[in-house]
Amino acid sequence: MSSHHESILREPLITGKNITYSRITDEVLLPVENKPNRAWWIGFIVAAAGACLWLFAVSYTFWTGIGSWGLNKTVGWAWDITGFVWWVGIGHAGTLISAVLLLFRQNWRNSINRSAEAMTIFAVICAATYVVSHMGRPWLAYWPLPLPNQFGSLWVNFNSPLVWDVFAISTYFSVSLVFWYVGLLPDIATIRDRAVGSRRKIYSILSFGWTGSVKSWQRFEAVSLILAGVATPLVLSVHTIVSMDFATSVIPGWHTTIFPPYFVAGAIFSGFAMVQTLLLVTRKVLGLENYITMFHIESMNKIIVLTGSIVGVAYLTELFVAWYSGAEYEQYAFLNRVSGPYAWAYWIMMTCNVITPQLFWFKKIRTSIAISWILSIIVNIGMWFERFVIIVTSLHRDYLPSSWAMFYPTWVDISIFIGSIGVFFTLFLLFIRVLPSVAMAEVRLLVKSSSEQAKKKLIEEGKVKAHEAEFYVESLDKYDSVEQSDYVKV
Amino acid sequence: MSDIKYILGLFDDPDEMMHGIDQLQKNNIGIYDVYTPMPIHGIENKLGVKRSRLPIVAFFCGITGTCTALSMIFYMMVHDWPMNIGGKPNFALPDFIPITFELTVLFCAFGMVGAFFYRTHLFPGRAPRVMELRATADRFVIAINANQIKDRDKIDSLLKDAGAIEIKHNDKKYVSYE
Repeated sequence: MSSHHESILREPLITGKNITYSRITDEVLLPVENKPNRAWWIGFIVAAAGACLWLFAVSYTFWTGIGSWGLNKTVGWAWDITGFVWWVGIGHAGTLISAVLLLFRQNWRNSINRSAEAMTIFAVICAATYVVSHMGRPWLAYWPLPLPNQFGSLWVNFNSPLVWDVFAISTYFSVSLVFWYVGLLPDIATIRDRAVGSRRKIYSILSFGWTGSVKSWQRFEAVSLILAGVATPLVLSVHTIVSMDFATSVIPGWHTTIFPPYFVAGAIFSGFAMVQTLLLVTRKVLGLENYITMFHIESMNKIIVLTGSIVGVAYLTELFVAWYSGAEYEQYAFLNRVSGPYAWAYWIMMTCNVITPQLFWFKKIRTSIAISWILSIIVNIGMWFERFVIIVTSLHRDYLPSSWAMFYPTWVDISIFIGSIGVFFTLFLLFIRVLPSVAMAEVRLLVKSSSEQAKKKLIEEGKVKAHEAEFYVESLDKYDSVEQSDYVKV
Repeated sequence: MSDIKYILGLFDDPDEMMHGIDQLQKNNIGIYDVYTPMPIHGIENKLGVKRSRLPIVAFFCGITGTCTALSMIFYMMVHDWPMNIGGKPNFALPDFIPITFELTVLFCAFGMVGAFFYRTHLFPGRAPRVMELRATADRFVIAINANQIKDRDKIDSLLKDAGAIEIKHNDKKYVSYE
């Protein structure tokens, strides 16, 4: 049918021979319908141990108070807010992939959006735990909500960016959750209709009774499009508002108008790095090489190099504006960042975020799975240090030199951070066991247009120009899931 | 023979299913519904399904959120308990924009998805009304109400010619019930 036509010059989004609708279902549901393998158990036990560490450290914090952290009267925010901003930033890629790329009709989102959205939700959960645990009195966590004055406080101050943040993060979390779950309904129905016994009952409840009739698909698509439309500005607003927690204060180093775009770029940067870290392992362990192809990996690396460069420009702009402003305190804050006692953190940040991602300009590096994975972890480290640098170096030398101090994390700080990574991976590993990690319904859409086999058939039938076919076959070189020898005869 | 309620044509290819719909419509045979494992573009026009009005619902839910946020903040910050914050105006509209925006998105998303679930009868625990279990995996299913049909063999042959790989005569409407 002509509607399936796609230019031969575009790289395929699904590779492999004899990809059929039923094979997609079988392959994606393999981890859901079978007992987990050894790799999963090892990963899960390590992650669960981390989650236990988190539980212990957070309970200890609640029991003894945040005095158990390394904070002092000068550095009143440190690893807690660093961890919070880091996790929120990571939580940006999922909705960005599912919303922005949907609006731009980027079909390569179809096979990575599900796991990226799940990652978003788990990252925002980790971020939210930081918010609650740094409150000191978490049993009063309801105070930022707009409750009547009789509840013990005044109405919340709507001029405060911390209150905006409460609304932004909770809206982002709930809308992302809804977006993710609506997208999951057809795939849960697939599991339901293949299952028997109690599994069927459970997935039946979870599927909300989805049938796949014409009207439900039509509404489904309308809902997806509009959710994408509202989620796109939402994603951008969330980290903008997170940055305003800092930018609207009067601390030198925080009081900067560049923060909103700079934070958003950094969030996309770290989010894609985390998607890359997770998916490169997931695709191998779950055998999804045909759906998450080298094209996806390369595209994400391109986004990482773009956003990494934006972040780099922002760092340099910050330095320039601090110097150009002529404001003594502002100048000192940045001089202290670059050459003060925390210069090591600053230069780790610069190296990991600005210099090493530039390696992705080389195609060899962009298409190497091992190097991509290592670089994605380096970006994650760099982005953690970015938040640490912004928060701690701006605070530790304030206006009064007599109150200058350093921040030293205690075992509780470190345990909560490592533990939050454990919580994240526990949730992610559970997710890939009980829900399909690839959006099957959306990948099915690609079979007749963007798959390698469809394009190969076109070439074999002689429906494309010879030089275009040659260009296409050359572009397949980078794929680890394609045999070039298949194309010798055609 | 008369206990057959629905005739299902199972296709393994969406294009052939669309061809099947064309063939049935050419012969003035009414289609009850079509069940597919993925959205099929252009099928709504073929079956005369009207455009969804959910975008309109979304718009009004969003506007409701905008009004709710602005009036809530106005009531709290300006009317009920105005606070003197450095002598600045109580009605500081620019400061209210972020939360107004967030609540617009929140109301829009939840209102629209709620309307979607309500209209499509989706809720946790609803018994799935499935006519063919493989319709959510790899089969594209055209369902025809058998009561309105006199010549069933003709339908079978029409579906077969269009490329159906299997034709089912179901004596109950939904196979998902025990």
